[in-house]
Amino acid sequence: MQRSTFNGITSLSALFVLLSIGVVRADYDAMEGEPESLRGNTPLLDEKSPPRLKDFPKEIKKPLPNYVGQPPLIPHSIRGYDITANSNPCLACHSLENAPKFKATPIGVSHFRDRDGHMLPDVSPSRYNCTQCHVPQKNAPPLIENLFKPVKSLQQ
Amino acid sequence: MSIRNRIPRWCLHYWTRLTQPVALALWIILAFGFIAGVSFWSGFNTMLEQTATEDFCTSCHGMTENLREIKPTIHYTNRSGVQATCSDCHLPHNFTNEIIRKVQASKEVFGAIAGTIDTRQKFQDYRLHMAKREWQRMKENDSQECRNCHKMESMDYTLQSSQAAYMHRTYLATGQATCIDCHKGIAHRLPDMENVPQWSPPSSGAVKKKG
Repeated sequence: MQRSTFNGITSLSALFVLLSIGVVRADYDAMEGEPESLRGNTPLLDEKSPPRLKDFPKEIKKPLPNYVGQPPLIPHSIRGYDITANSNPCLACHSLENAPKFKATPIGVSHFRDRDGHMLPDVSPSRYNCTQCHVPQKNAPPLIENLFKPVKSLQQ
Repeated sequence: MSIRNRIPRWCLHYWTRLTQPVALALWIILAFGFIAGVSFWSGFNTMLEQTATEDFCTSCHGMTENLREIKPTIHYTNRSGVQATCSDCHLPHNFTNEIIRKVQASKEVFGAIAGTIDTRQKFQDYRLHMAKREWQRMKENDSQECRNCHKMESMDYTLQSSQAAYMHRTYLATGQATCIDCHKGIAHRLPDMENVPQWSPPSSGAVKKKG
């Protein structure tokens, strides 16, 4: 008697799982034509094969910013640049003292101000993690059409 | 009466044997010498080679950390599969210096036994000391271990990024700097760079980890 109850529960829950999968799939189909998620139309239970990793070009032409205040893109590869509490390889060239020697773009003076607005004698700790805002640009076309236009003064 | 006649005949015979060995004996001695020489030299060489392999270097607990660090770097993993391992950078390729370094390395055996860097924390604490020693060594021999593979004369500056070409043209080619002056921490994580010229992180100190 107990066994049959157990069997009943098992089959019921199995049915429920199957049904819920069906519901999820149905939901998914209904979404077709809408903006796609990163998963695209891959069913939940399938694994999507990831797209090929894109190579960062060794060097690109320094791109103009698209809007005022945009963190400039990094025009070179940054493979192996570990920004840690011990060392910051970006600042080894881009710090104010080093930049002229290496003909590198010096960091903005705004980076010397901490979040309370105080001017510091050196880079503010809150600006220490360069790659939080500055990223290298891959040669990748936009995933969806982008209608954004930079302001007149920044147009190339 | 000469002295010769007073010595017993068997003594003379034996003396002749000693002073004029038969030709065969000479060849046997030569052959033994040759075999001994070859086996000694190949044994010595094998020993030198075996103690310069990556497996040997990282067989001590202290060096496993290092191996993990070099793996994602370009000297270990790259598109063409050419690899530089421990001994390519840390062991001089020229024979005399190689032997000197090998003898120095016997000190590191004591380190391994005493467990100087056998935990990650100990390794981190000792990293600056070790790094400084290697930087100093590289600076003194004009980054010879880099130049074993990277020949400045064979560098095509036009294929380098404009920044790299500028740096190599201005500082390397004129002898103002050697490889290690800029290329620090290319194979391992960097130690605390606070007092290293050009590298000093913000002096405000807030980013520095405490203790």
